[in-house]
Amino acid sequence: MAKVRGAIVVDVEHCKGCEICMVTCPDQVIGMATEVNGKGYHYAYMENPEQCTGCVNCAIVCPDGVITVYKVKLKPENEKTI
Amino acid sequence: MDIQDIIKPENLVYKKTDLMLDKVLSYCPGCGHGTAHRLLMEVIDELGIQEDTIGVAPVGCSVLAYDFMNVDMQGAAHGRAPAVATGIKRCWPDKYVFTYQGDGDLAAIGTAETIHACNRGENITIIFINNGIYGMTGGQMAPTTLEGMRTSTCPYGRDVKSMGYPIKMTELVAQLPGTYFVTRHSVHTARAVRRTKKAMLKAFEVQKEKKGLSFIEIVSNCNSGWKMTPVKSNEWMEENMFPFFELGDIKVDGKLVKKKSDK
Amino acid sequence: MKELKLLKGNEAIAEGAIRAGADAYFGYPITPQSEVMEYLMAERPEQRTGMVVLQAESEVAVINMVYGAAGTGKKVLTSSSSPGISLMQEGISYIAGAELPCVIVNVVRGGPGLGTIQPSQADYFQTTKGGGHGDYRLITIAPASVQEMFDFVDLGFELAFKYRNPVMILSDGLIGQMMEKVELSEQKPRATEFDQSWVTTGKSPDREHNVITSLDLDASRQEAHNIHLQAKYRMVEENEVRYEELQTGDAEYLFVAYGSSSRICQKAMELARKKGLKVGLLRLISLFPFPKAIIRELAGRVKAMMCVEQSAGQMVEDVRLAAGCKIKIEHFGRMGGMIPIPEEVLEALEQNIIGE
Repeated sequence: MAKVRGAIVVDVEHCKGCEICMVTCPDQVIGMATEVNGKGYHYAYMENPEQCTGCVNCAIVCPDGVITVYKVKLKPENEKTI
Repeated sequence: MDIQDIIKPENLVYKKTDLMLDKVLSYCPGCGHGTAHRLLMEVIDELGIQEDTIGVAPVGCSVLAYDFMNVDMQGAAHGRAPAVATGIKRCWPDKYVFTYQGDGDLAAIGTAETIHACNRGENITIIFINNGIYGMTGGQMAPTTLEGMRTSTCPYGRDVKSMGYPIKMTELVAQLPGTYFVTRHSVHTARAVRRTKKAMLKAFEVQKEKKGLSFIEIVSNCNSGWKMTPVKSNEWMEENMFPFFELGDIKVDGKLVKKKSDK
Repeated sequence: MKELKLLKGNEAIAEGAIRAGADAYFGYPITPQSEVMEYLMAERPEQRTGMVVLQAESEVAVINMVYGAAGTGKKVLTSSSSPGISLMQEGISYIAGAELPCVIVNVVRGGPGLGTIQPSQADYFQTTKGGGHGDYRLITIAPASVQEMFDFVDLGFELAFKYRNPVMILSDGLIGQMMEKVELSEQKPRATEFDQSWVTTGKSPDREHNVITSLDLDASRQEAHNIHLQAKYRMVEENEVRYEELQTGDAEYLFVAYGSSSRICQKAMELARKKGLKVGLLRLISLFPFPKAIIRELAGRVKAMMCVEQSAGQMVEDVRLAAGCKIKIEHFGRMGGMIPIPEEVLEALEQNIIGE
C-alpha cells in the first residue's frame, strides 16, 4: 500500500497562536514557535514534519484559515529515501 | 523526501477558499467565528452560488462579517437579520439568503424576528453562533449563558431565579412547522467541522428546494469572554456547554428527530 | 378616458403603490391606516404585477424588511401611524445611513404614547427634526387630498431613488379616512431605471462584493460619509421644495398649513374673504425641504401669519425661523385628535392675529 507524506505551510503573519491546530493534529506534527510574528503571536510550525500525512485536520479547524496543506502519495521505491 | 518536494501546486490538498477575503479576521485567537465563516464560504464556493447569494450580518463580534465574506451582504440592526433576510428573500425568491447571528442578536433582542421568520417558514438559512456570552461588548450575560456561569453582568454566576434560564432557541424553533431542518453542531475539532459543513450543504439544498427554513446552531467558544486559553475553552465547552446544548439533528425533513433520551 | 374611482385616503396609498410599480409592501395593522394593507391583501397585487405584500410581526420587523428589500434595489414601501412610526425610528436611521430608497407613510394620530385614533399633526418634529438618531433628514411630502395620497406614492419613489434616501409621506387620520374621487394613473412597470452598481443581489465576477451598511468604525471615514449625506440634503433643499399658494397675491394675513389643516384653512379663508378680510393660504407640500424662501418673501408682504397645525405648535417654529421673526406668527391648533372647524380657525385669526 502506498504511503503518503504531507506538509503544511502556515501563513506566519496571520497565525494568532491559538494552538488549536497543535492539539488537533493526530500525528504530533505541529508545535508553536519560540519566535513571535509581527503581532506578537507564537505561530504554528511543523516541529515534526516527517510525521505529517496531509490529513488536513489542522487546516480545517484553524479559525483563521492560515494553513495550506500539500500531500504526495509515495511510490514504494521513494519510501527508502525519507 | 525534502519538504520542498511536497510543497508544490500539484500536491495541494487544502487551502482556504477564495470566498474568504484576504483580510486579517478581527476575531480573537481561537474563536469559532473564523472557522464558521470559512466553512460557510467553502460551502457557497463549492455549490457555485456566490453570484446568487446574499448574506445578512448581525450586530455582535461578527458585525464586520461582510469584511471577510466575499458575497453581497447587508448589515442588519441588532436582532433584525431574519426580518432583513425576509425582505430580501420575498423579493428575490430564487437567490440564496442566509443570516449569520450571535446569541444576543438571535435570542435576546431578535427573538421575535427569529421566531416569526421561522414561523413563516421563510426559505432562508439561519446560522446561529452560540457561545453563551456577549463577546463584542465585553463579556456580558447572554440568553444562553449557563446557570452558574460567570460573566461581567453576573459576576457571581447566573442566578436563574432572578436572571432567567438559559434558552434553547434551536429546540424552540424546531417546534414551528415553518422550520424544515434544525440542527446543532460545533467547529472545534476536525470531526465536528466536517459535520457542520455537511449540515451547511444540506441547509442550502433545503433553500434550493424551497422546503422551509434551515436553522444551524453552532455551539462555539469565547475564550476572551470566558477568560481561558483557546484550547482550554474548547475543553470547557465540551464539558459544560455540550451537556446542555446537545449536538445533533433536532429536525430533519420537517420532522422532529427522536432522541435516545426521549421515552 | 379618465379612470376615476371613489377611494379612502388609505386605499389611495395602496392603489397608488400598485400603479407606481412597487415591488413590495411590508406592514403591520394600526389604526387609522390598516386599510392600506387590507386593500393590498384584497387586491392581490401579486397577481396584477407580482408585488409582494406581507404582514410582519411588528413595525420593528417591518422597517427591517423594508431595509432588506431596498438594499436589493427594489421599490418598497410601508405605512403605519405614530406609535408604529416610533418603533421604526431605528430602522429609518439605518436606512438613511445606508442610503437606501424607500417610501414610508405616516397616517398621524393623536399622541403622545398610545394617544388616540383620531387625527393629529404632532409628528412634525419626529419627521423633520429627529425621530431616529444621527444626522439625517427624511424627504417629507404632505398630501392634503385623497388624490395626493395616490399621486405622492409615485412621487415618493421618484425622490427616494433620485437621492437614495427614505421618503416620508406625512398624512393624518383625516386624509387617511376620508373619501374623494381619484383619477388613477396608468400602471407603471415594476422595474426602475437607476444606477444599480450598489445593490446586493449577488456578487458577479465583474465587480467587488457589495455591502449595505451604516457602520464605519473609522471616525474620519464616517465623517466623510456624513458630509456626503449633508451635501445630498443641500441638493434636496435646492431642488425639491413644493408648496401651493392660494390667494396670496393681495393677502394681508396668511394661513400657513399642510395636510388636513390646509383644507380647513381653505374654508376659513373663504369665510374670511366673504367678510372682506384679505386672507391667503400658503399650503406647504414639502416639509423637508422646508419652503423657506416663499415664507421669507411672504413675510415681507403680509402683516401676520397664523400657522394652523393639529398639535401644540411644531411647524410654527420653522415658519418663524424662515420669516426671520420679523412679523407676528402665531400657532393655532387643537390637540389629542380634536379637529378644528373652519369657523373656529377664523375666530382665532380674528382674535389672535388681526384684532388685539
